[in-house]
Amino acid sequence: MTAVLETRGLNKSFGALQVAQNINFRLEAGARHALIGPNGAGKTTLVNLITGRLRPTGGKIFLSGEDITDLPPEARVKRGLGRTFQINQLFKGLSVLENVALAVAERDGVGGNMFGAARARRAVAEEAYALLERLRIADDALKPVRELPYGRQRLVEIAIALGLNPKVLLLDEPAAGVPSTESAIILEMIAGLPPDIAVLIIEHDMDLVFRFARRITVLVQGAVLVEGTPGEIAADTRVREVYLGERSHV
Amino acid sequence: MIPPGKSSLKRPPAVEALIKRHRLRPIELLPWAIAVAAYFLFPGYLALGAQIFIMVLFALSLDLILGYAGIITLGHAAFFGVGAYTAGILAVQGWHEPISGLIAAGVAAAVVGLVSGLVILRTHGLTLLMLTLAIVFMLHEAANKAGFITGGADGLQGIAIDPIFGAFRFDMFGRTAYWYALVVLFLGWAFVRLLVHSPFGRSLTGIRENVVRMHAIGTPVRRRLVTAYTISAGLAGVAGGLLAQTTEFVALNVISFELSGAVLIMLIFGGVGRLYGAFIGAPVYMIAEDELAKADPVYWLFWIGLILILLVMFARGGILGLIDQAMHLVRWRRK
Amino acid sequence: MDATISAAVSILFHGTAYAMILYIVSVGLSVTMGLMGFANLAHGVFAMAGGYVTVTLMNDYGVPFAASLLIACLVVGLASIVIERTLYARLYTASELEQVLFTIGLIFMAIAAAKFVWGPFAQRFAMPEALQGQIELGTRSFPAYRAFLIVVSIAIILGLWLGIERTNLGARIRAAVDNRRMAQSLGINTGRLFTLTFALGSALAALGGGLGAEILAINPSYAIEHLVYFLIVVSVGGLGSIRGPFFAALLLGIGDTACKYLVPEIGAFFIYAATMALLLWRPAGLFGRA
Ligand SMILES: Nc1ncnc2c1ncn2[C@@H]1O[C@H](COP(=O)(O)OP(=O)(O)OP(=O)(O)O)[C@@H](O)[C@H]1O
Ligand SMILES: [Mg+2]
Repeated sequence: MTAVLETRGLNKSFGALQVAQNINFRLEAGARHALIGPNGAGKTTLVNLITGRLRPTGGKIFLSGEDITDLPPEARVKRGLGRTFQINQLFKGLSVLENVALAVAERDGVGGNMFGAARARRAVAEEAYALLERLRIADDALKPVRELPYGRQRLVEIAIALGLNPKVLLLDEPAAGVPSTESAIILEMIAGLPPDIAVLIIEHDMDLVFRFARRITVLVQGAVLVEGTPGEIAADTRVREVYLGERSHV
Repeated sequence: MIPPGKSSLKRPPAVEALIKRHRLRPIELLPWAIAVAAYFLFPGYLALGAQIFIMVLFALSLDLILGYAGIITLGHAAFFGVGAYTAGILAVQGWHEPISGLIAAGVAAAVVGLVSGLVILRTHGLTLLMLTLAIVFMLHEAANKAGFITGGADGLQGIAIDPIFGAFRFDMFGRTAYWYALVVLFLGWAFVRLLVHSPFGRSLTGIRENVVRMHAIGTPVRRRLVTAYTISAGLAGVAGGLLAQTTEFVALNVISFELSGAVLIMLIFGGVGRLYGAFIGAPVYMIAEDELAKADPVYWLFWIGLILILLVMFARGGILGLIDQAMHLVRWRRK
Repeated sequence: MDATISAAVSILFHGTAYAMILYIVSVGLSVTMGLMGFANLAHGVFAMAGGYVTVTLMNDYGVPFAASLLIACLVVGLASIVIERTLYARLYTASELEQVLFTIGLIFMAIAAAKFVWGPFAQRFAMPEALQGQIELGTRSFPAYRAFLIVVSIAIILGLWLGIERTNLGARIRAAVDNRRMAQSLGINTGRLFTLTFALGSALAALGGGLGAEILAINPSYAIEHLVYFLIVVSVGGLGSIRGPFFAALLLGIGDTACKYLVPEIGAFFIYAATMALLLWRPAGLFGRA
């Protein structure tokens, strides 16, 4: 299998704190991959490195075989890298529909248009609306995002990422802090994603992880502890140690 | 192909609302009706009227970058001043045709906007603010020192402007100036209105609302900002050029922190990011200044300061925001 | 040859004195910016207030220089606590635009108030006799006031740095600047910390205003006149940094003095251009974290 996304020897430190240590990570085409690890393990940091929000202190990142280590974040998005944020990053003053429409317009390359092209605008609005219907938030389409409860804002967060039609989708704890109605919608959406896109999900809920993932990577203190199938991970004693050790503290 | 009329029947109302948002509403014609009426009602104040239009255009240009793109600047007068000096110097040096002079003013200011934008828009926050100040001080110094061409501290004198289209002479009552400024303002407004409703304009709003997310949906953020900054600078330059042409004089204070602050305050008073804040704030400020500041500039400054603080504390949407709230209240009462 | 050297020495000397004042006034701004993220354009108002209190006490009441400075510090520090609690604190979560507008409003009111009370002109600074004249150092002589300024400022700055390193308050400030959420979770009362820091920064600004009344003349427009320079010091130094602004102030003070002395035609121009070039190279300043 070919990797759509690959990191080689990725390093990142904040001052003395090393949050990514020599990470070699591969995401195959069509992957359903979970990234797990205790709080502060560096999972979000890895996503930030991959998407270009943070610059690595060492190592390389490849997307479809192309070195993207030095590309700015927007160029990576243009090459098919989409993400959601652990903490919502939304346009709070804009309507739900427009939140998604902005993403769709950028993907279509019409986001910088100054004049005319009413047809392009209509296509963008209709596609954004269809996404809202899929995530069952179309009723709130005209409401400012600010007025939505957190769980429904979370759906907007996901709709924006889907609006980019990514080849690789990185989901950072998409269902964390979400009431069960919305988390059911999120799970259903994840299950229904087109099989050809590669999905990486960061998640603390082990039931969800084992249901969803065909491969799992465990990250501890910035380094990959182990990678394998769900069965291998479940049987791994080191993983048990980390998790049981963790649990007993919490 | 489905004919557009047919498909719109099936389209959800939300989609309809989004793509038709830029349709003109009748109330948007009100400022123009007032401007035309004022010409006949206050024939003694035409010069002030033209100056108000100029400041409205200037404030409108600021709204594009401040209200929509969220770039806070204390140096916007730099571009106004470059426009004013360009139009003025052209006229003094023998190029008296007004329209081309005005275009030159806009282009010159846009070029300065582009160059400075490329430099300063790499930073943000307090640093960006400081750099906008630095640029206005720098250009002020430059205009001051280049007295051989700008007239320095004495101001630029001897501006002579030909009749517009060879037909409308600038008269001593300011009639031509009034219409000239009004028409240019109208064109500027139409342009900005188109822009803010376009995908480009919406993406500026997106940058203001959440720049992290804009990066994450693949927006070339800095390029958008520099583009907006350049356009805004060009418009400010046109406003400055208008001032030079209609008053036939350019004073050094067109490039100043004071003027940058004043136009910011006008926009804030009216309401920022609403397109029409400029149309309310600039006239209110200028008429009040005309009445009050001459009597006692110290009190004027005190009141402006106090109003600013009160606005920030209690009425963040400016006058238009207050009107909005009042309307909401009335509607709510009716229910 | 000797003329060149003495010009260089003179530039260094005057530039350093100027830099000390710039730093003492601006350091509080850097910390409030780093700690609270507050775009406080009105920081210079506190320096101006300190200057007015100092010169008024000296000129009208014959209070000695040192005592006047001390009183100015106290008065301004206490007043700033009231202002911080009643006004600033309500805007910590507001947008940058609102903070900017609010502090511009504050500047305008301060200008109007200063004009009303003290009139539009710069205040006469009646220098104590001991500080008039020159002092001899080796073969050269230096203006006593500026020499005094440099010595006193260095003492204050060392005191400040030691305080930040060694005291409990200093440790809490450093922790909070580094990571506000972490500090909160460690049980640091950030509200009170903000107030204390703000008051300390304002009192230092007042001290700088009073000490430097001869270099930066006390007049109603003080807070606007020098605003760009204060901002240059903190942004080149690196927002939130305590030592960064010191080196930025030295660069600015000496550079500015040199330019005004050597190339008066383009003096200020060069400073702005250099600032821009520097920030282009390092947008977060010399000592800021990117
Ligand atoms: N900008 C930053 N500066 C300094 N330290 C940081 C920064 N961002 C993250 N860290 C630190 O890096 C470590 C890893 O953080 P990260 O957010 O990647 O963890 P995570 O695995 O996503 O944890 P969680 O499960 O809580 O989301 C943490 O110790 C965090 O405090
Ligand atoms: Mg995380």
